[in-house]
Amino acid sequence: MRVTVRLFARLREIAGTAELTRTVEAGATVGSLWKDLAREHAALAQYERSISSAVNADYARMDRPLADGDEVAFLPPVSGG
Amino acid sequence: MALSTTSGSLTTCDPRVYTDKVTPPTPLLAIERAPLGLDLILGAVSQADSARGGADGAVVTFLGLVRNHNAGRRVLYLEYEAYEPLAVKSFERIAKEIHHRWPSVVMGLHHRIGRLEIGEASIVIVTTSPHRADAFAACRYAIERIKQIAPIWKHEHFEGGDVWIEGATADPDDVRAREAAERAACA
Repeated sequence: MRVTVRLFARLREIAGTAELTRTVEAGATVGSLWKDLAREHAALAQYERSISSAVNADYARMDRPLADGDEVAFLPPVSGG
Repeated sequence: MALSTTSGSLTTCDPRVYTDKVTPPTPLLAIERAPLGLDLILGAVSQADSARGGADGAVVTFLGLVRNHNAGRRVLYLEYEAYEPLAVKSFERIAKEIHHRWPSVVMGLHHRIGRLEIGEASIVIVTTSPHRADAFAACRYAIERIKQIAPIWKHEHFEGGDVWIEGATADPDDVRAREAAERAACA
């Protein structure tokens, strides 16, 4: 399955890109995708406990299973207003 | 006679009058790149509220401005970034929460992104209701919830460096956070 990953703010800077695509195995979840990314970019690991995630522009939990074509967003702690 | 000529010529030179673009109606909830216009948002709220026909006695507005200092640093400017579709959905969620808690309130909320200079407004919130207590409470609730759950980030550029400001881990289902916002609103 292919999924699109969107990264924002500091996460975007760490990864050096705002958007990337990844091929994941059946049974992959938001959380397993995050772990893949954190292996590629060690500096992401510090966000393990503070990120939020979204699938197709709706907030989603880390155990959410992925489907082909999903857009998965990882969001560092927010600071709007 | 002279007066009418003068006023005719002024009108001709006003770019707002002669434009090819049809201005779409201002939405109640939006992410904007251009400077925020309080009058436009007030207009959108009163439009949305027009069915009530004069029932409102209170309008509360909140503007969040870019401050020239933060945590002991001299701030030069801010850059805001958003996950736009989810940000607008989070505004809709906050509007629903307000409708549930303060049914008489109508809210408009626009957040700006991109580069903002000192003194510019990053957010405008407008609430209306028949009585002031609900309008004040809902307006305060809205800004507290924005800081909790809107996927928006500020990148602070200060004298000597820059830093991403990181506040709350966004979780719209976190009941404790929502209750904290409600307590702040009703204090």
